[in-house]
Amino acid sequence: MDVRAKLSILADAAKYDASCASSGSKGTRAGSRIGSTEGMGICHSYTPDGRCISLLKILLTNYCIYDCQYCVNRISSDTPRARFSVDEVVSLTLDFYKRNYIEGLFLSSGIVQNSDYTMEQLIAVARSLRSDHGYGGYIHLKTIPNASQELIEQAGRWADRLSVNIELPTEKDLHQLAPEKKKPQIVTAMAGIREKIDEQRADQKAGFRPPRFAPAGQSTQMIVGATATPDMEILQTASQLYDGQNLRRVYYSAYSPIPHADARLPGKSPPLVREHRLYQADWLIRFYGFEADEIVTDQNRNLSLDVDPKLAWALANRQHFPVDVNRAPRETLLRVPGIGARNVKRILALRKHRGLRSSDLRKLRIAWNRAKAFVIAVDHHPALADTDPRKLKKKVQRPKQLMLFEAADSARTGEV
Amino acid sequence: MFFLQADDYHQWRDHARRLLSAEVPPAEIHWNSDSSQQVLFADPRPLPECSASRKVNVPKAFLEWAEIVACYCSDRRWQLLYRTLWRLTHGERNLLEIVTDDDVHQLGQMKKMVTRDVHKMKAFVRFRKVEAAAPAQEAYVAWHRPDHRIVRLAAPFFSRRFKEMHWTILTPLESVTWNQKELVYGPGVPASEAPQDDALEDLWKTYYASIFNPARIKVSMMKREMPVRHWPTMPETELIPDLLREASQRVDRMVDSTEGFAKTAAHYLPDQKDLASLRSAAQSCRACDLCQHATQAVFGEGRRQASLVLIGEQPGDQEDLEGRPFVGPAGQLLDSALATAGINRDDVYVTNVVKHFKFTEQPLNRGKRRLHKKPNSREIYACRPWLEAELDLIRPQAIVCLGATPAQAIFGRDFRVSHSRGQLLRTDWCNHTIATWHPAALLRMPNAERRAEMLDALIADLASAAAVT
Repeated sequence: MDVRAKLSILADAAKYDASCASSGSKGTRAGSRIGSTEGMGICHSYTPDGRCISLLKILLTNYCIYDCQYCVNRISSDTPRARFSVDEVVSLTLDFYKRNYIEGLFLSSGIVQNSDYTMEQLIAVARSLRSDHGYGGYIHLKTIPNASQELIEQAGRWADRLSVNIELPTEKDLHQLAPEKKKPQIVTAMAGIREKIDEQRADQKAGFRPPRFAPAGQSTQMIVGATATPDMEILQTASQLYDGQNLRRVYYSAYSPIPHADARLPGKSPPLVREHRLYQADWLIRFYGFEADEIVTDQNRNLSLDVDPKLAWALANRQHFPVDVNRAPRETLLRVPGIGARNVKRILALRKHRGLRSSDLRKLRIAWNRAKAFVIAVDHHPALADTDPRKLKKKVQRPKQLMLFEAADSARTGEV
Repeated sequence: MFFLQADDYHQWRDHARRLLSAEVPPAEIHWNSDSSQQVLFADPRPLPECSASRKVNVPKAFLEWAEIVACYCSDRRWQLLYRTLWRLTHGERNLLEIVTDDDVHQLGQMKKMVTRDVHKMKAFVRFRKVEAAAPAQEAYVAWHRPDHRIVRLAAPFFSRRFKEMHWTILTPLESVTWNQKELVYGPGVPASEAPQDDALEDLWKTYYASIFNPARIKVSMMKREMPVRHWPTMPETELIPDLLREASQRVDRMVDSTEGFAKTAAHYLPDQKDLASLRSAAQSCRACDLCQHATQAVFGEGRRQASLVLIGEQPGDQEDLEGRPFVGPAGQLLDSALATAGINRDDVYVTNVVKHFKFTEQPLNRGKRRLHKKPNSREIYACRPWLEAELDLIRPQAIVCLGATPAQAIFGRDFRVSHSRGQLLRTDWCNHTIATWHPAALLRMPNAERRAEMLDALIADLASAAAVT
């Protein structure tokens, strides 16, 4: 099989991993002859699914000993199989990189033989790129659960980011769809990475110059919609991971129909809006000071699909509004629908110099249609009639068919 | 009225310095960036000299903004920059912080457009390799069409990234070459002078087509982030129409065709979970296709109170005919090993991971011979609920997995009998689980010495499992 045929199989097999970030590594590795990481990620191309191509995202092999139902590479699938050699991946990465097609490499793998063996192969690719070719570009390695801590330490030396996929939000889901994967094992693997990252930071603070260890941190991915688990449990799991394992990102990947799908799972189109709402909720928790239990409650265990979670919260908590943009503290402004974190910062800077009018807010490109019922400005007081909760929802909502595009944009920027 | 011309930031800055020191207000200046378009009948006044005595103090942020905005392709930029500079130095020192002021807002928009254009240049430049006689002379050349005059803003990035590469970026208005020491700027070049091909682009297109997921279409998102005007210089974009046209069919095919078994044995479990009910229910199991060719389901055998459970892979030819586990040649070997280990077979429960015989038929002199075939993971998965029900009911104190198939079913796919044979391990099913050789593996072993070793191991492992019950 030639490299092209392998590439077509092994890129196809890797596309269900949503992670694509190439950001977070500040400063290129010393002594690099080709490649750089300067903190900001770059998307080099976009495919018609609206996702960016930043990294060469491939599997080393799609042979796998596991049988996870949602995965195209499970052992019981008839999908065509291929395996790259270490050298093939190395030269493919360099060839693509030198033509400025990509920002770096995202390398994952099906599990062959056992976890340690697979992990060693992944490390060999990263090591060869770094030490044989002086490559200083981005590398994201998928860590194989159950691989030894020693191998994880090696991987972190060469890679910018490490990730272990949590796969499914709850232990029950795992038991149902991926009975051979165990949540404790996955979490242990994450904790192993976290420990090393913390250790490296501590050494750095103490004035030592320890070798690099995964400077762009770790991330994970959860498949959404393959089981009936509600958003509440998904967000709880995510919060636990952010707090407990210090993850940089949790990716939510809408369960998508795959070729060679398993008969045990229903074929259906991916719940894209739900995926997007989860990202919005995730952002609210991380950057807007919301708690998970404010966004989803025991009564509403799933996020609303027709309004974004911030608006939903505002509609349910009318007593906090309207908010005076010229007086309200930062925390309160962050909770106003239609005002993003960046604009809160600008409002705070601006109002030191002058009272904000509605024209100012529009110039800041605040989503005025959504925000206008919730804010007071020098020349703007929402009339009492405007804030009638029964009419409000209709008023602030855009026509239905526009929601998806807006959703896509928001998923990209993260601005809610 | 002053009629002034500036081509780049430095020229504008020199002019602005002199004008400001002479206190020339913005309304008295007409800026131009193209010398061929001099205003007719204008009487250009000579520019005042810079007076050394007056020092103009400008916020640093403004100079940063100005350097970026200077690349914006429109004459308005010079006027706007000077007006802002004037206001900054005439009582509005904090002007830049008032981002909604009309001038600052416009400047901000220009800055944003230029910054975005730089970012897109970093992203969308596509180098083509120019073959050379020696590898040391190989060079990479790209042709790119930016919206603004940003080559000087973007080039340092490329020199840091492609430090040990010889590269050139051509644009309609400017060009730049990196010779691994310094950046050399030159005039613009038409697209026709750039190299037209690179063999590697085929691989890149293969990747682009493969990484696309046809089940999620968001064309507007793609076009917003990758504006169509950049497509002509990006080889992968020629695939987009075809990918989109085929997408919906591909998704329909994916949704329609599935593999494996929709149901597992869980669907056939009886309500009443005792051994007799399970055994008879197993006879009607249709969770996988093995039931179609096997004579009958071979269920486990032994007492419910057994403290030791032995698990094999699947019934063989004789087991299939008799309907009892471990009665063929391997069973006889197991019996003798049990006896040597001092275990009474009547005290243990013996079963298999898969309950139906899987085989291929081999023609023999007259008739056919049924040859054992390893069950695949779908069949193992489909059958698993029977084994789980048995273990759940018996709750043994020790389990012996005979061979790789049961060992992996119990310990997980990572388990290797050759590595971990003979170790008493804790599992979800009981505190003492041990994996050892399957008696059939002994029968297949051609080397007599090795066979004797394996038998010793089998007996020892059985004994150590029995010892903890």
